[in-house]
Amino acid sequence: MTFATKSPWVIHYDASSCNGCDIEVLAALCPGYDVERFGIINTGNPKHADIFLVTGSVNERNIEVVKEIYNQMVEPKVVVACGICACSGGIFHDCYNVIGGVDQAIPVDVYAPGCAVRPEAIIDAVVQGLGVLEEKSKALQAQKKGA
Amino acid sequence: MSLLFVLIGTLVFAIAAPVLGCLLAGLDRKITARMQGRVGPPLLQPYYDVRKLIEKDRVSVNSTEGTYITCALVFTLLAGGIFYSGGNLLMSVFVITLSGLFFIVAAYSTRSPYAEIGANRETLQVMAYEPMVLFMAVAFYMAAGTFDSAGVFALDAPVVSSIWLVFLGFLFILTIKLRKSPFDLSYSHHAHQELVKGITTEMSGKTLAKVEIMHWCENVLFLGWVGMFFVWANPVSIVLAIAVIALVYFLEIWIDNNFARVKWQAMLSSAWIVAFVAGFVNIAVLAYL
Repeated sequence: MTFATKSPWVIHYDASSCNGCDIEVLAALCPGYDVERFGIINTGNPKHADIFLVTGSVNERNIEVVKEIYNQMVEPKVVVACGICACSGGIFHDCYNVIGGVDQAIPVDVYAPGCAVRPEAIIDAVVQGLGVLEEKSKALQAQKKGA
Repeated sequence: MSLLFVLIGTLVFAIAAPVLGCLLAGLDRKITARMQGRVGPPLLQPYYDVRKLIEKDRVSVNSTEGTYITCALVFTLLAGGIFYSGGNLLMSVFVITLSGLFFIVAAYSTRSPYAEIGANRETLQVMAYEPMVLFMAVAFYMAAGTFDSAGVFALDAPVVSSIWLVFLGFLFILTIKLRKSPFDLSYSHHAHQELVKGITTEMSGKTLAKVEIMHWCENVLFLGWVGMFFVWANPVSIVLAIAVIALVYFLEIWIDNNFARVKWQAMLSSAWIVAFVAGFVNIAVLAYL
Protein backbone atom coordinates (compact mmCIF):
# COMPACT_ATOMS: atom_id res chain seq x y z
CA MET A 1 0.00 0.00 0.00
CA THR A 2 1.18 3.53 -0.71
CA PHE A 3 0.61 6.51 1.55
CA ALA A 4 -0.84 8.52 -1.34
CA THR A 5 -4.28 7.08 -0.60
CA LYS A 6 -4.14 7.93 3.10
CA SER A 7 -3.63 11.65 2.65
CA PRO A 8 -5.22 12.88 -0.58
CA TRP A 9 -5.03 16.66 -0.63
CA VAL A 10 -7.40 18.29 -3.08
CA ILE A 11 -7.39 21.50 -5.05
CA HIS A 12 -10.69 22.82 -6.31
CA TYR A 13 -11.05 24.98 -9.41
CA ASP A 14 -14.27 26.54 -10.64
CA ALA A 15 -13.89 26.45 -14.44
CA SER A 16 -17.22 28.03 -15.35
CA SER A 17 -19.55 26.45 -12.86
CA CYS A 18 -22.80 28.12 -11.80
CA ASN A 19 -21.54 27.66 -8.19
CA GLY A 20 -23.99 24.83 -7.54
CA CYS A 21 -21.27 22.18 -7.66
CA ASP A 22 -18.76 24.43 -5.86
CA ILE A 23 -21.07 24.70 -2.88
CA GLU A 24 -21.42 20.91 -2.84
CA VAL A 25 -17.63 20.44 -3.01
CA LEU A 26 -17.18 22.69 0.01
CA ALA A 27 -20.15 21.05 1.75
CA ALA A 28 -18.20 17.78 1.66
CA LEU A 29 -15.62 19.44 3.95
CA CYS A 30 -18.23 20.62 6.47
CA PRO A 31 -19.23 18.70 9.65
CA GLY A 32 -22.07 16.84 7.89
CA TYR A 33 -19.73 14.91 5.58
CA ASP A 34 -16.30 15.73 7.09
CA VAL A 35 -14.00 14.30 4.43
CA GLU A 36 -11.00 15.12 6.66
CA ARG A 37 -11.88 11.74 8.25
CA PHE A 38 -10.09 10.26 5.22
CA GLY A 39 -7.21 12.73 5.46
CA ILE A 40 -8.64 14.89 2.68
CA ILE A 41 -7.65 18.55 2.98
CA ASN A 42 -8.57 21.39 0.68
CA THR A 43 -5.33 23.10 -0.34
CA GLY A 44 -5.18 26.28 -2.35
CA ASN A 45 -1.89 25.26 -3.92
CA PRO A 46 -1.55 22.99 -6.98
CA LYS A 47 2.00 22.03 -5.89
CA HIS A 48 0.63 20.52 -2.67
CA ALA A 49 -2.43 18.82 -4.17
CA ASP A 50 -2.92 15.21 -5.23
CA ILE A 51 -6.49 15.40 -6.53
CA PHE A 52 -7.78 18.10 -8.87
CA LEU A 53 -11.53 18.73 -8.51
CA VAL A 54 -12.87 20.71 -11.45
CA THR A 55 -16.40 22.06 -11.55
CA GLY A 56 -18.02 23.58 -14.63
CA SER A 57 -17.25 23.30 -18.32
CA VAL A 58 -14.06 24.39 -20.01
CA ASN A 59 -14.29 27.49 -22.21
CA GLU A 60 -11.95 29.47 -24.46
CA ARG A 61 -10.85 31.73 -21.61
CA ASN A 62 -10.11 29.22 -18.86
CA ILE A 63 -8.70 26.25 -20.76
CA GLU A 64 -5.18 27.62 -20.27
CA VAL A 65 -5.81 28.05 -16.52
CA VAL A 66 -7.03 24.45 -16.17
CA LYS A 67 -3.95 23.22 -18.05
CA GLU A 68 -1.65 25.42 -15.94
CA ILE A 69 -3.02 24.09 -12.64
CA TYR A 70 -2.77 20.51 -13.90
CA ASN A 71 0.81 21.01 -15.07
CA GLN A 72 1.85 22.55 -11.75
CA MET A 73 0.56 19.56 -9.79
CA VAL A 74 3.24 17.07 -8.77
CA GLU A 75 2.96 13.41 -9.83
CA PRO A 76 1.17 11.21 -8.84
CA LYS A 77 -2.04 13.17 -9.48
CA VAL A 78 -5.68 12.47 -10.27
CA VAL A 79 -8.36 14.61 -11.91
CA VAL A 80 -12.01 14.36 -10.89
CA ALA A 81 -14.67 16.09 -13.01
CA CYS A 82 -17.40 17.22 -10.58
CA GLY A 83 -20.85 17.78 -12.03
CA ILE A 84 -22.29 17.19 -15.48
CA CYS A 85 -20.84 20.44 -16.89
CA ALA A 86 -17.31 19.30 -16.00
CA CYS A 87 -18.09 15.85 -17.45
CA SER A 88 -19.53 16.87 -20.81
CA GLY A 89 -20.41 20.56 -20.86
CA GLY A 90 -23.91 19.85 -19.54
CA ILE A 91 -26.66 22.32 -20.46
CA PHE A 92 -23.96 24.73 -21.64
CA HIS A 93 -22.48 22.27 -24.16
CA ASP A 94 -23.67 24.24 -27.21
CA CYS A 95 -22.80 27.72 -25.93
CA TYR A 96 -20.66 29.64 -28.42
CA ASN A 97 -17.66 29.88 -26.04
CA VAL A 98 -17.88 26.47 -24.37
CA ILE A 99 -15.39 23.86 -25.54
CA GLY A 100 -16.92 21.01 -23.53
CA GLY A 101 -16.02 18.88 -20.53
CA VAL A 102 -12.73 19.08 -18.65
CA ASP A 103 -11.41 16.11 -20.65
CA GLN A 104 -11.09 18.50 -23.60
CA ALA A 105 -8.21 20.20 -21.73
CA ILE A 106 -6.60 17.60 -19.45
CA PRO A 107 -6.87 13.82 -18.88
CA VAL A 108 -9.76 13.07 -16.50
CA ASP A 109 -9.62 9.97 -14.26
CA VAL A 110 -13.05 9.98 -12.61
CA TYR A 111 -16.36 11.46 -13.78
CA ALA A 112 -18.97 12.46 -11.16
CA PRO A 113 -22.10 13.63 -12.97
CA GLY A 114 -25.01 15.45 -11.35
CA CYS A 115 -26.65 18.86 -11.38
CA ALA A 116 -25.62 19.81 -8.86
CA VAL A 117 -23.33 16.90 -8.01
CA ARG A 118 -24.22 15.54 -4.54
CA PRO A 119 -21.56 15.55 -1.79
CA GLU A 120 -21.98 11.76 -1.54
CA ALA A 121 -21.18 11.48 -5.26
CA ILE A 122 -18.09 13.67 -4.82
CA ILE A 123 -16.86 11.52 -1.94
CA ASP A 124 -17.52 8.36 -3.99
CA ALA A 125 -15.62 9.84 -6.95
CA VAL A 126 -12.66 10.85 -4.77
CA VAL A 127 -12.55 7.37 -3.19
CA GLN A 128 -12.60 5.88 -6.70
CA GLY A 129 -9.85 8.35 -7.59
CA LEU A 130 -7.78 6.96 -4.71
CA GLY A 131 -7.56 3.65 -6.58
CA VAL A 132 -6.14 5.47 -9.60
CA LEU A 133 -3.80 7.44 -7.32
CA GLU A 134 -2.55 4.17 -5.80
CA GLU A 135 -1.79 2.74 -9.25
CA LYS A 136 0.00 5.90 -10.38
CA SER A 137 1.95 6.07 -7.12
CA LYS A 138 3.12 2.46 -7.51
CA ALA A 139 4.08 3.10 -11.14
CA LEU A 140 6.11 6.15 -10.07
CA GLN A 141 7.91 4.17 -7.37
CA ALA A 142 8.72 1.38 -9.82
CA GLN A 143 10.02 3.98 -12.26
CA LYS A 144 12.20 5.54 -9.50
CA LYS A 145 13.63 2.14 -8.61
CA GLY A 146 14.33 1.38 -12.26
CA ALA A 147 16.08 4.71 -12.81
CA MET B 1 32.37 17.44 27.59
CA SER B 2 29.41 19.81 27.28
CA LEU B 3 29.82 19.79 23.49
CA LEU B 4 29.54 16.01 23.53
CA PHE B 5 26.45 16.39 25.71
CA VAL B 6 24.88 18.74 23.16
CA LEU B 7 25.66 16.32 20.32
CA ILE B 8 24.05 13.41 22.17
CA GLY B 9 21.11 15.66 23.07
CA THR B 10 20.70 16.65 19.42
CA LEU B 11 20.70 13.00 18.34
CA VAL B 12 18.10 12.05 20.94
CA PHE B 13 16.02 15.13 20.05
CA ALA B 14 16.27 14.27 16.33
CA ILE B 15 14.65 10.89 17.06
CA ALA B 16 12.21 11.75 19.85
CA ALA B 17 10.95 15.19 18.77
CA PRO B 18 9.53 14.16 15.36
CA VAL B 19 7.63 11.28 17.03
CA LEU B 20 6.29 13.47 19.82
CA GLY B 21 5.66 16.43 17.49
CA CYS B 22 3.79 14.21 15.04
CA LEU B 23 1.49 12.93 17.78
CA LEU B 24 0.97 16.50 19.02
CA ALA B 25 0.05 17.63 15.49
CA GLY B 26 -2.37 14.69 15.16
CA LEU B 27 -3.92 15.55 18.51
CA ASP B 28 -4.21 19.18 17.40
CA ARG B 29 -6.15 18.19 14.27
CA LYS B 30 -8.35 15.80 16.21
CA ILE B 31 -9.21 18.38 18.90
CA THR B 32 -9.71 21.08 16.26
CA ALA B 33 -12.15 18.82 14.40
CA ARG B 34 -14.06 18.07 17.62
CA MET B 35 -14.27 21.80 18.39
CA GLN B 36 -15.86 22.27 14.95
CA GLY B 37 -18.32 19.39 15.44
CA ARG B 38 -16.43 17.04 13.10
CA VAL B 39 -14.97 13.58 13.64
CA GLY B 40 -11.58 14.53 12.29
CA PRO B 41 -8.71 12.54 10.82
CA PRO B 42 -6.90 9.62 12.52
CA LEU B 43 -4.30 10.51 15.15
CA LEU B 44 -1.47 9.48 12.82
CA GLN B 45 -2.72 11.64 9.92
CA PRO B 46 0.31 14.03 10.03
CA TYR B 47 2.56 10.95 9.71
CA TYR B 48 0.60 9.73 6.66
CA ASP B 49 0.83 13.23 5.16
CA VAL B 50 4.60 13.35 5.49
CA ARG B 51 5.06 9.81 4.17
CA LYS B 52 2.94 10.73 1.17
CA LEU B 53 4.96 13.90 0.55
CA ILE B 54 8.16 11.83 0.56
CA GLU B 55 6.60 9.53 -2.06
CA LYS B 56 5.78 12.42 -4.38
CA ASP B 57 7.81 13.18 -7.48
CA ARG B 58 10.73 15.62 -7.11
CA VAL B 59 9.84 19.03 -8.48
CA SER B 60 11.62 22.23 -7.52
CA VAL B 61 12.08 25.64 -9.10
CA ASN B 62 15.76 25.64 -8.12
CA SER B 63 18.26 23.42 -6.34
CA THR B 64 19.03 25.81 -3.47
CA GLU B 65 15.54 25.82 -1.93
CA GLY B 66 15.85 22.24 -0.69
CA THR B 67 19.31 22.93 0.73
CA TYR B 68 18.07 25.93 2.72
CA ILE B 69 15.20 23.86 4.11
CA THR B 70 17.59 21.05 5.10
CA CYS B 71 19.71 23.65 6.93
CA ALA B 72 16.60 25.00 8.65
CA LEU B 73 15.69 21.49 9.81
CA VAL B 74 19.22 20.72 11.04
CA PHE B 75 19.42 23.96 13.04
CA THR B 76 16.00 23.26 14.56
CA LEU B 77 17.29 19.88 15.73
CA LEU B 78 20.44 21.54 17.08
CA ALA B 79 18.41 24.18 18.95
CA GLY B 80 16.30 21.42 20.49
CA GLY B 81 19.40 19.41 21.34
CA ILE B 82 21.02 22.39 23.08
CA PHE B 83 17.92 23.09 25.17
CA TYR B 84 16.97 19.54 26.12
CA SER B 85 20.54 18.52 26.96
CA GLY B 86 20.48 21.23 29.62
CA GLY B 87 22.49 23.69 27.54
CA ASN B 88 22.39 27.42 27.06
CA LEU B 89 18.85 28.78 26.57
CA LEU B 90 20.10 31.93 24.83
CA MET B 91 22.08 29.82 22.34
CA SER B 92 18.99 27.71 21.71
CA VAL B 93 17.03 30.93 20.98
CA PHE B 94 19.68 32.15 18.54
CA VAL B 95 19.98 28.81 16.74
CA ILE B 96 16.21 28.46 16.30
CA THR B 97 16.14 32.03 14.93
CA LEU B 98 18.86 31.06 12.44
CA SER B 99 16.67 28.12 11.42
CA GLY B 100 13.79 30.57 10.91
CA LEU B 101 16.01 32.75 8.71
CA PHE B 102 16.95 29.77 6.52
CA PHE B 103 13.23 29.08 6.11
CA ILE B 104 12.65 32.68 4.99
CA VAL B 105 15.62 32.65 2.60
CA ALA B 106 14.34 29.38 1.09
CA ALA B 107 11.04 31.07 0.25
CA TYR B 108 12.77 34.18 -1.18
CA SER B 109 15.09 32.04 -3.31
CA THR B 110 12.14 30.78 -5.37
CA ARG B 111 11.26 34.32 -6.57
CA SER B 112 7.60 33.42 -6.60
CA PRO B 113 5.40 36.44 -5.79
CA TYR B 114 3.20 34.40 -3.43
CA ALA B 115 6.14 32.80 -1.64
CA GLU B 116 7.67 36.28 -1.30
CA ILE B 117 4.52 37.59 0.39
CA GLY B 118 4.76 34.62 2.76
CA ALA B 119 8.46 35.31 3.36
CA ASN B 120 7.74 39.02 4.01
CA ARG B 121 5.11 38.08 6.55
CA GLU B 122 7.37 35.49 8.17
CA THR B 123 10.00 38.23 8.57
CA LEU B 124 7.39 40.43 10.26
CA GLN B 125 6.49 37.52 12.55
CA VAL B 126 10.14 37.11 13.53
CA MET B 127 10.31 40.86 14.23
CA ALA B 128 7.14 40.59 16.32
CA TYR B 129 8.14 37.68 18.57
CA GLU B 130 11.91 38.07 18.81
CA PRO B 131 12.00 40.91 21.44
CA MET B 132 9.80 38.91 23.80
CA VAL B 133 11.82 35.72 23.26
CA LEU B 134 15.04 37.60 24.11
CA PHE B 135 13.42 39.20 27.17
CA MET B 136 12.34 35.68 28.17
CA ALA B 137 15.95 34.44 28.01
CA VAL B 138 17.27 37.45 29.94
CA ALA B 139 14.53 37.16 32.58
CA PHE B 140 15.30 33.46 32.91
CA TYR B 141 18.94 34.33 33.58
CA MET B 142 17.97 36.87 36.26
CA ALA B 143 15.60 34.43 37.95
CA ALA B 144 17.72 31.26 37.72
CA GLY B 145 21.19 32.82 37.84
CA THR B 146 22.26 30.91 34.74
CA PHE B 147 21.38 30.62 31.05
CA ASP B 148 21.68 26.83 31.25
CA SER B 149 18.29 25.14 31.15
CA ALA B 150 19.67 22.42 33.46
CA GLY B 151 19.99 25.15 36.10
CA VAL B 152 16.27 24.86 36.92
CA PHE B 153 16.88 21.54 38.70
CA ALA B 154 18.93 23.36 41.36
CA LEU B 155 16.27 25.97 42.16
CA ASP B 156 14.21 26.16 45.37
CA ALA B 157 11.22 27.58 43.50
CA PRO B 158 10.25 27.55 39.80
CA VAL B 159 11.31 30.63 37.83
CA VAL B 160 7.66 31.39 37.08
CA SER B 161 7.27 32.55 40.69
CA SER B 162 9.47 35.59 40.00
CA ILE B 163 8.95 36.07 36.26
CA TRP B 164 5.26 35.19 35.87
CA LEU B 165 4.72 38.39 33.89
CA VAL B 166 7.35 37.26 31.37
CA PHE B 167 5.62 33.87 31.21
CA LEU B 168 2.32 35.56 30.27
CA GLY B 169 4.11 37.63 27.62
CA PHE B 170 5.76 34.49 26.27
CA LEU B 171 2.34 32.79 26.06
CA PHE B 172 1.18 35.69 23.87
CA ILE B 173 3.99 35.32 21.33
CA LEU B 174 3.79 31.52 21.55
CA THR B 175 0.69 31.81 19.34
CA ILE B 176 2.90 33.39 16.67
CA LYS B 177 5.64 30.79 17.11
CA LEU B 178 3.21 27.86 16.90
CA ARG B 179 1.69 29.42 13.73
CA LYS B 180 -1.79 29.61 15.17
CA SER B 181 -4.59 31.93 14.12
CA PRO B 182 -4.88 34.96 14.69
CA PHE B 183 -1.11 35.19 14.04
CA ASP B 184 -0.68 32.58 11.26
CA LEU B 185 0.13 35.31 8.73
CA SER B 186 2.87 33.55 6.81
CA TYR B 187 1.66 29.96 6.74
CA SER B 188 -1.91 29.11 7.55
CA HIS B 189 -2.99 25.50 7.81
CA HIS B 190 -6.38 26.47 6.39
CA ALA B 191 -6.57 27.04 2.63
CA HIS B 192 -9.51 29.42 2.78
CA GLN B 193 -7.50 32.17 4.50
CA GLU B 194 -4.19 31.90 2.70
CA LEU B 195 -2.70 33.44 -0.45
CA VAL B 196 -2.01 30.16 -2.31
CA LYS B 197 0.03 28.69 0.56
CA GLY B 198 2.07 31.54 1.96
CA ILE B 199 5.73 30.86 2.60
CA THR B 200 5.54 27.22 1.43
CA THR B 201 3.89 28.03 -1.92
CA GLU B 202 6.81 26.73 -4.00
CA MET B 203 7.74 23.85 -1.71
CA SER B 204 6.51 20.38 -2.57
CA GLY B 205 7.32 16.71 -2.05
CA LYS B 206 10.34 15.98 0.14
CA THR B 207 11.02 19.67 0.81
CA LEU B 208 7.53 20.19 2.20
CA ALA B 209 7.91 17.00 4.24
CA LYS B 210 11.04 18.49 5.83
CA VAL B 211 9.12 21.69 6.60
CA GLU B 212 6.41 19.67 8.33
CA ILE B 213 8.96 17.72 10.40
CA MET B 214 10.67 21.00 11.26
CA HIS B 215 7.38 22.41 12.57
CA TRP B 216 6.84 19.31 14.73
CA CYS B 217 10.31 19.68 16.26
CA GLU B 218 9.84 23.45 16.73
CA ASN B 219 6.60 22.81 18.62
CA VAL B 220 8.29 20.31 20.92
CA LEU B 221 11.07 22.82 21.62
CA PHE B 222 8.71 25.74 22.30
CA LEU B 223 6.55 23.64 24.61
CA GLY B 224 9.78 22.67 26.38
CA TRP B 225 10.41 26.36 26.98
CA VAL B 226 6.93 26.59 28.51
CA GLY B 227 7.64 23.64 30.80
CA MET B 228 10.99 25.15 31.87
CA PHE B 229 9.15 27.88 33.79
CA PHE B 230 7.59 25.33 36.15
CA VAL B 231 10.48 22.99 36.99
CA TRP B 232 12.54 23.22 40.19
CA ALA B 233 14.59 20.85 42.39
CA ASN B 234 11.55 18.74 43.29
CA PRO B 235 11.19 15.87 40.74
CA VAL B 236 7.38 16.05 40.99
CA SER B 237 7.62 19.46 39.29
CA ILE B 238 8.23 17.70 35.96
CA VAL B 239 4.70 16.28 36.18
CA LEU B 240 3.43 19.79 36.90
CA ALA B 241 5.38 21.12 33.90
CA ILE B 242 3.86 18.48 31.60
CA ALA B 243 0.37 19.33 32.90
CA VAL B 244 1.00 23.03 32.20
CA ILE B 245 2.30 22.19 28.70
CA ALA B 246 -0.88 20.18 27.97
CA LEU B 247 -3.03 23.05 29.22
CA VAL B 248 -1.11 25.65 27.19
CA TYR B 249 -1.32 23.50 24.03
CA PHE B 250 -5.09 23.12 24.50
CA LEU B 251 -5.38 26.88 25.04
CA GLU B 252 -3.45 27.51 21.79
CA ILE B 253 -5.80 25.18 19.87
CA TRP B 254 -8.79 26.98 21.38
CA ILE B 255 -7.34 30.37 20.37
CA ASP B 256 -6.63 29.00 16.87
CA ASN B 257 -10.26 28.00 16.45
CA ASN B 258 -11.85 31.12 17.89
CA PHE B 259 -9.96 34.07 16.46
CA ALA B 260 -9.78 35.34 12.89
CA ARG B 261 -6.46 36.31 11.39
CA VAL B 262 -5.30 39.86 12.17
CA LYS B 263 -3.40 42.29 9.93
CA TRP B 264 0.37 42.38 10.35
CA GLN B 265 0.24 45.88 11.87
CA ALA B 266 -1.94 44.59 14.71
CA MET B 267 0.36 41.62 15.27
CA LEU B 268 3.56 43.66 15.33
CA SER B 269 2.26 46.44 17.60
CA SER B 270 0.50 44.12 20.03
CA ALA B 271 3.51 41.79 20.27
CA TRP B 272 5.87 44.71 20.94
CA ILE B 273 3.51 46.26 23.50
CA VAL B 274 3.26 42.90 25.26
CA ALA B 275 7.05 42.49 25.07
CA PHE B 276 7.53 45.92 26.68
CA VAL B 277 4.88 45.56 29.39
CA ALA B 278 5.54 41.91 30.25
CA GLY B 279 9.22 41.58 29.45
CA PHE B 280 10.83 44.93 30.06
CA VAL B 281 8.80 45.79 33.18
CA ASN B 282 9.44 42.40 34.76
CA ILE B 283 13.17 42.62 34.08
CA ALA B 284 13.26 46.19 35.45
CA VAL B 285 11.48 45.04 38.63
CA LEU B 286 13.98 42.18 39.06
CA ALA B 287 16.92 44.50 38.42
CA TYR B 288 15.96 47.44 40.64
CA LEU B 289 13.76 46.03 43.43
